Amino acid sequence: MSEITTELIAAHQLTSSEYEKILTLLGREPTLTELGIFSVMWSEHCSYKSTRIHLKKLPTQSKYVLQGPGENAGIIDIGGGIAIAFKIESHNHPSFIEPFQGAATGVGGILRDIFTMGARPIAVMDSLRFGKLDDGKTGARNHRILEGVVSGIAHYGNCFGVPTVGGECVFEECYDGNPLINVFALGVFRHDEIFYGKATGVGNSVIYVGAKTGRDGIHGASMASAEFTEESKQKRPNVQVGDPFMEKLLLEACLEAMKTGAIVGIQDMGAAGLTSSSCEMGSRAGTGIELNLDRVPQRETGMTPYEIMLSESQERMLLVAEQGREEEVLRVFAKWGLDAVKIGSVTSDGVLRVKNHGEIFAEIPNRALANEAPVYSRPYTKPLRAAPFEGPQIHSSNLLADLKTLLASGDLCSKRWIWEQYDYQVRTNTVSGPGADAAIVRIKGTEESVAMSLDGNGRYCLLDPREGTKLIVAECCRNLSTVGALPIATTNNLNFGNPERPEIMAQIVESIEGLAEACRFFEVPVTGGNVSLYNETLGSPIFPTPVVGIVGTLPTAPPIGIPFHHAGRAVILLGGLGSPDPGEFGATQYAKVIAKSLWGNVPRLDMDYEKRVHTAIRELVRDGGVESAHDLSDGGLAVALAECSFGPENIGADISLDSDLAPELLLFHEGPSRILVSTAEPERVFASAKKNRVEALQIGATLESRVLIRNRNESLIDCRVAELKVLWSSALEHLLQSPVMV
Amino acid sequence: MKVGVVVFPGSNCDHDAWFAVSQNLHHQAEFIWHESASFGDVDAVILPGGFSYGDYLRCGAIAKFSPVMNAVKRFAKDGGFVLGICNGFQILTEAGLLPGALVRNANRKFVCRSVALEIVTTNSPFTHNAAKGQTLKLPVAHGEGCYVADKRTLDQLESEDRIVFRYRDNPNGSVRDIAGILSSERNVMGMMPHPERASDSLVGSTDGAVILASMLAPAPVNTPALAFSGS
Repeated sequence: MSEITTELIAAHQLTSSEYEKILTLLGREPTLTELGIFSVMWSEHCSYKSTRIHLKKLPTQSKYVLQGPGENAGIIDIGGGIAIAFKIESHNHPSFIEPFQGAATGVGGILRDIFTMGARPIAVMDSLRFGKLDDGKTGARNHRILEGVVSGIAHYGNCFGVPTVGGECVFEECYDGNPLINVFALGVFRHDEIFYGKATGVGNSVIYVGAKTGRDGIHGASMASAEFTEESKQKRPNVQVGDPFMEKLLLEACLEAMKTGAIVGIQDMGAAGLTSSSCEMGSRAGTGIELNLDRVPQRETGMTPYEIMLSESQERMLLVAEQGREEEVLRVFAKWGLDAVKIGSVTSDGVLRVKNHGEIFAEIPNRALANEAPVYSRPYTKPLRAAPFEGPQIHSSNLLADLKTLLASGDLCSKRWIWEQYDYQVRTNTVSGPGADAAIVRIKGTEESVAMSLDGNGRYCLLDPREGTKLIVAECCRNLSTVGALPIATTNNLNFGNPERPEIMAQIVESIEGLAEACRFFEVPVTGGNVSLYNETLGSPIFPTPVVGIVGTLPTAPPIGIPFHHAGRAVILLGGLGSPDPGEFGATQYAKVIAKSLWGNVPRLDMDYEKRVHTAIRELVRDGGVESAHDLSDGGLAVALAECSFGPENIGADISLDSDLAPELLLFHEGPSRILVSTAEPERVFASAKKNRVEALQIGATLESRVLIRNRNESLIDCRVAELKVLWSSALEHLLQSPVMV
Repeated sequence: MKVGVVVFPGSNCDHDAWFAVSQNLHHQAEFIWHESASFGDVDAVILPGGFSYGDYLRCGAIAKFSPVMNAVKRFAKDGGFVLGICNGFQILTEAGLLPGALVRNANRKFVCRSVALEIVTTNSPFTHNAAKGQTLKLPVAHGEGCYVADKRTLDQLESEDRIVFRYRDNPNGSVRDIAGILSSERNVMGMMPHPERASDSLVGSTDGAVILASMLAPAPVNTPALAFSGS
């Protein structure tokens, strides 16, 4: 047995105090296998040791929540005996090292989190952040990462048969060496089909199913918990390889096996593989688990217990079957041509006991691994803020040219090139797919649909992590309300830099507290999520980037959609023009793309007003009071108006404003709480606005094929719709085609 | 009418086809497991979209060896209607029930979008309810949908009126804009677009229903042009 040296401890990214804690918990020196097991379970990725005390501040309960954080996914009740499970996960580090497989296995991992609970995945969304495509130095690499990530997501999701129904894609210099790949998945089931990751029933069998175990991904969890260095670029073997076909079989087999009634608990082998699935299932049930590793199906010869326990080979599940009924379960997996082997059993002593050919290699109390991971109250100061409070003077020489530049910019242009590579329709539930304010999937066999929205904004959060995060929650809820849905629950992916730096830790704390406040206010409790820290490359951190996914419900109906459909309809800005001061302009897309700068404060948010706007638009959309609806967000009023005109009919608008604001602010400020609607019955919009005590400002009427915007007597924008549309729709392809210097 | 929907490991539009037939068009539908050496009294068979056997080796290349394909061949030989959609079309070409092959899209990327299709012939059990020259908007969702065949085969398909659909805006580089073809007996059809995804207005379109409805409706008796009706 190898001796545990200081070097070995450091190589496992355990601190000396963490090692001391291991010695205390075990009452002896760990074996090498045990050291490996502790290192992955106590990694940031698995234990949330830097954020746990702050995550406790999040609201987690409501009348809809059936399962909050702590399980593989959160579960909410949507009525009629139906529930949905949903969660988000990041695969940032693997996607930088190997974009295609990194992103593909990110999709695979989150899908398993959903179906391990018994739910059939019916939707996926992706939040993607890359470095800039037109950067002279890094553009070619960013381009390559984008292509790899998109085809990886397409490869996995399309083959598995889950529609990718929406998401976001943002380009910013800070993601150059550290792209963010956050994948959200949602599944549906009946209340009586819910399964948990619990190893209950002493004497029950522990069964391994799915792909064989190889040496891939060993220490993936600890890799995801360290900053990138030159050395980690050499860690390619740590990235796993996904097989969506295997996962599809696993899905069908698991759901079928669950129907036998012989399964008492099940969990996927995600990060930290066999280790986390076994000790977490044991810990939740207060039981022990004994594993015989020689029975684990292996893809490579000569694997050590250490390697088998730490492998992150994909498409594997661990389940516990009732003693005496194993055959019923094994039969289903045989039908689907999958390996299913009894590798151990549930014991009463609470210990994870790992044997190989009869010899014991590890004996650790499950609780020590899963529940007694170190918890850090890391020091924090003021959030890192690499931006001035004062910005440049904004004076546009050509507002139309600015609008065109914005519409053709990476963040605002059409993402069709990306989402057409995803099958967004399979399973024929997609009522509203990519490009909508929020995606909508209907639940077959019911009258209900589920809407979902995924949002982040690193620029806002760099200026003010607390208010920025609140704005993200507000926008997600606004997106859902704009399609007629009632927001009901949240999942979140917190992407930050190194928490050991107090100014980064401060970003994390402020952001979590902002998330807590907004989720409490908008009544969208957090049912789970993911934390991705150490997103830094060579000492330079990403912008603080919490990504929020919120789901809501609505009665199934044809969607309203963004585009104007008929000329001559009233165009109303629900929520009003807003009253930004110039200091709140520095985080906008205008500041980014035109002024090429970032400064000042985020837009002011009045959550109470925001919520009333949501109520008003939700009523109007559900009752047919509007013909189109689109929320104002990135790019402000002018960009939203342009987007509303990009429907098949090219219906634009003739807008007359009456405002003291400078034209740049008026057209492009990003103040929240605003939704642009077109309607044949303006009085209904006014009535709803009045009832909800929000402003409804009629700003003009829809018009065939042109977009005209005037303030008082000054013409600000006058352009044919087709001219704007072609820029917007072809921009991403142009960005990807233009040669970049390597 | 009763439709059998074949389920290969990796099929992922099987449920969609079942739903379109049973829930949207109110006919009977049942699943046929790929290991079945025969199937019961069905009036038509759908080979659905997806990634049968992971599409390893080549799309449809492994599926053609599955036991159910022998039953499908017998069924087709006896004049039964066989509709292969997307991966189902790929399987039919691999199995030799239809000529030609489906290869990687011209731009090498998966494409999911709604495309306009011209109905080239109504002389088939799958289009007799439609009008010749009519345009249907149907979704495609494939990475390997580029139809290719040698010139002789293509000329033969044209001269025998066996091209059922042509793309009006070709999304994948298929030769002569071919989106769907018939067997020489006209009872087997393969098509890359997805009619089962366009049979419900809630999810975008009902243009695909005319294809499924044609297959499910008995052919009009007094139409001499319908060569298949007597076979």
